[in-house]
Amino acid sequence: MVELTLPANSTVKSGRSHPAPNGAVNCKTFRIYRYDPDTGDNPCLDTFEVDLDSCGPMILDALIKIKNEIDPTLTFRRSCREGVCGSCAFNIDGTNTLACTKPISEIPGEIRIYPLPHMPVVKDLVPDLNEPYAQYRSIEPWLKADTPAPTRERLQSVEERERLDGLWECILCFCCQTSCPSYWWNGDRYLGPAVLLQAYRWIADSRDESTGDRLDNLNDPFRLYRCHTIMNCTNTCPKNLNPGQAIGAIKEAVFRRT
Amino acid sequence: MNMRSHLGRVRGLGSTNDGVRHWWSQRLTGMALIPLTLWLVFSFVGLVGADLNTVKSWVGSHGNPVLLGLTIVIMFHHAALGIQVIIEDYVHGEGIKTTSIIVAKAISILLSASCILAVLRLTFEG
Repeated sequence: MVELTLPANSTVKSGRSHPAPNGAVNCKTFRIYRYDPDTGDNPCLDTFEVDLDSCGPMILDALIKIKNEIDPTLTFRRSCREGVCGSCAFNIDGTNTLACTKPISEIPGEIRIYPLPHMPVVKDLVPDLNEPYAQYRSIEPWLKADTPAPTRERLQSVEERERLDGLWECILCFCCQTSCPSYWWNGDRYLGPAVLLQAYRWIADSRDESTGDRLDNLNDPFRLYRCHTIMNCTNTCPKNLNPGQAIGAIKEAVFRRT
Repeated sequence: MNMRSHLGRVRGLGSTNDGVRHWWSQRLTGMALIPLTLWLVFSFVGLVGADLNTVKSWVGSHGNPVLLGLTIVIMFHHAALGIQVIIEDYVHGEGIKTTSIIVAKAISILLSASCILAVLRLTFEG
């Protein structure tokens, strides 16, 4: 059955507190999820008071400041710091989003940062994303065409290219994937919003010649139809994309061939 | 211990190549139930306080037995489809999942048959 409470060894305890440095006037409190697999202890929430006068404007700036100046053991993924790589996706103030594009000033009161929900935690804010990566691999996210490649690019019209807008921009941060209750309960068989949006990106591509095979692969009560249009995916997407609409378009395509 | 690769687990037993039928049946029965339920509610409101003979003559008149039969079959079919999805969502043991779905469908068929029988009795018993 679905587990609605945390197992005993996952209960979050209160952790260490790092008060503001002397003389700091403009402080913000960050409460950050910590888990160390080496100790075997329960996860805990550490409290950090950060001096905003010497900190950049985004949540990621504060995390990097904490790691540099307060606690170098704080572990998180980050790379591009401009919303392109999708590495620094966390649950921030109760919503999955990218730390690098979320301004500290948008959150009143203390800021709680957890790893993406309902994924196994490797350490601190780093979730194990092997499962969604394998799901992404399973939809074969590349152009499949039997027509021999022309001497130059495979052409498409302006209108055909426009159909990929709102799909190609996905950076696979998995904010939507891990916000979906259907994915929480059935993530082993449901492909999830991020993977289905990518699946549609190839179904919608006029140059792809495997649409039928792709739809065969998705026409399944769990892989596709576990989507119950809850729409958390669309609400949370930090790139303002609409995975819910893409999933609807796949359902429509499967229906059109019945 | 499960040492199968992530991709192997994700591909699993493959696609069932069915899912659209269930999805479409649920949508179609849902759409059909909008007018049928409205009709049923308005008709029942009109029958509030009526005696048995008035109800019998309403059930037996015009197309009412046919519409009642349709409403019953579609409503219980729709309910069974919906409950199946809820069970698949939340019940994860294969044995208990399959058993629950069979029980839910059996209950829906039983209730549907009982309602049809009631309509027939009201229609044909003097």
